[in-house]
Amino acid sequence: MLSKVYNNAEEAIRGIQNGSTLVLGGFGLCGIPENSISALQKSGVNNLTCVSNNAGVDDFGLGLLLQTKQIKKMLSSYVGENDLFEKQYLSGELEVELVPQGTLAERMRAGGAGIPAFYTPTGVGTLVAKDKETKEFDGKTYVLEKAIIGDYAFVKAWKGDKFGNLVFRKTARNFNPVCAMAGKITIAEVEELVEIGEIDPDHVHTPGVFVQRIFQGSNYEKRIEQKTVSQ
Amino acid sequence: MALDRNQIAQRISQEVEDGFVVNLGIGIPTLVANFIPKDKFVMLQSENGLLGMGPFPSEAGIDADLINAGKQTITTAAGASFFSSADSFAMIRGGHVNLSVLGAMQVDQKGSIANWMIPGKMVKGMGGAMDLVAGARRVIVAMTHTDKKGNPKLLSECNLPLTGINCVNRIVTNMAVMEVTTKGFELIELAPGVTEAEVIEATGAQVIISSKLKEISFS
Repeated sequence: MLSKVYNNAEEAIRGIQNGSTLVLGGFGLCGIPENSISALQKSGVNNLTCVSNNAGVDDFGLGLLLQTKQIKKMLSSYVGENDLFEKQYLSGELEVELVPQGTLAERMRAGGAGIPAFYTPTGVGTLVAKDKETKEFDGKTYVLEKAIIGDYAFVKAWKGDKFGNLVFRKTARNFNPVCAMAGKITIAEVEELVEIGEIDPDHVHTPGVFVQRIFQGSNYEKRIEQKTVSQ
Repeated sequence: MALDRNQIAQRISQEVEDGFVVNLGIGIPTLVANFIPKDKFVMLQSENGLLGMGPFPSEAGIDADLINAGKQTITTAAGASFFSSADSFAMIRGGHVNLSVLGAMQVDQKGSIANWMIPGKMVKGMGGAMDLVAGARRVIVAMTHTDKKGNPKLLSECNLPLTGINCVNRIVTNMAVMEVTTKGFELIELAPGVTEAEVIEATGAQVIISSKLKEISFS
């Protein structure tokens, strides 16, 4: 039987070429593919285009790949937590496409769903719609946005089985399900890898068909950006 | 006396109706949650994938997998649900969110809003703001009436890159409540002790005085 299971991140990311487009799950530092990002940093693969809602912080998440200048271009919706990002962007070192969050999610979903482009009301009349086609439907203007397909997608789930069925936990789900759909090769890292049949089909969030490689990650830091408690 | 941040939030809480799904932005909008009366059933939407946001957790209740869109640790309310970012913005863009409250750097008399970028200076990104202003059924801006240098933030036309066009319904500032009408800004409520003349002076566009102008009340 063809196995999707890899021993660790280093093995799972093997074969990624310089210049690849990577789509990564996570919101802030929540639900990011920590193990894969570390392995990508160690591998030295560069000239990457990274699609991810955020760019991590200076010393964690995708910030690690910015430090080592492995990223050529980023597509994100919000990068306010990363000073290095702002510096590299304003100096022209880093190419950036800022994408509204909902448009980013839908572009990934469309990429995985066989839809090359779609019309959305988001961003009409703003810089985001510049040089893009617009069309009126029932008297309202919409802008045409193209799908995103990554050479590789990286997702983090709480639990997964050896077929690649994934279960996410709380708000660590975020972009991960659409990200899984948007990869030609999707690499999932999970906190717990179980046998096929151990996850109730009713509990699967992302069906295994969207996952090509899976491994059980280790040493999750799960760093919290804004620790807030009730008084 | 002009309103403080909490009073701006408290005034906005009066716009929240029983049964509403509400998305609150970062800053003053977040504070609105503290003033929603308990007898109203309101679901707070957090665009990172949660409908039914609860208060901040106790120290023991902190969970790295449970945050809001401001990346703060939070809890869930009874009846909450989790979903993907695509579903979250289907809710927002699809008009299923009753009210979006967000901050702004500028709003103009046509209801266009700028809150994500200062060219050459600040690049943080729009996050979910462009989707929220395009999709929420009602959009209320919470902000100070002028910037730190005293320049008006309510203008005849925004000069910063826009977040959305013709989308803001109402602005609640430290000085006043302004309604965006087809004729421009209408002053509908004044903060206690603030005069019409002061609001006109602090606004960078024509101000229509409502015939029903009243003082902001918290009772």
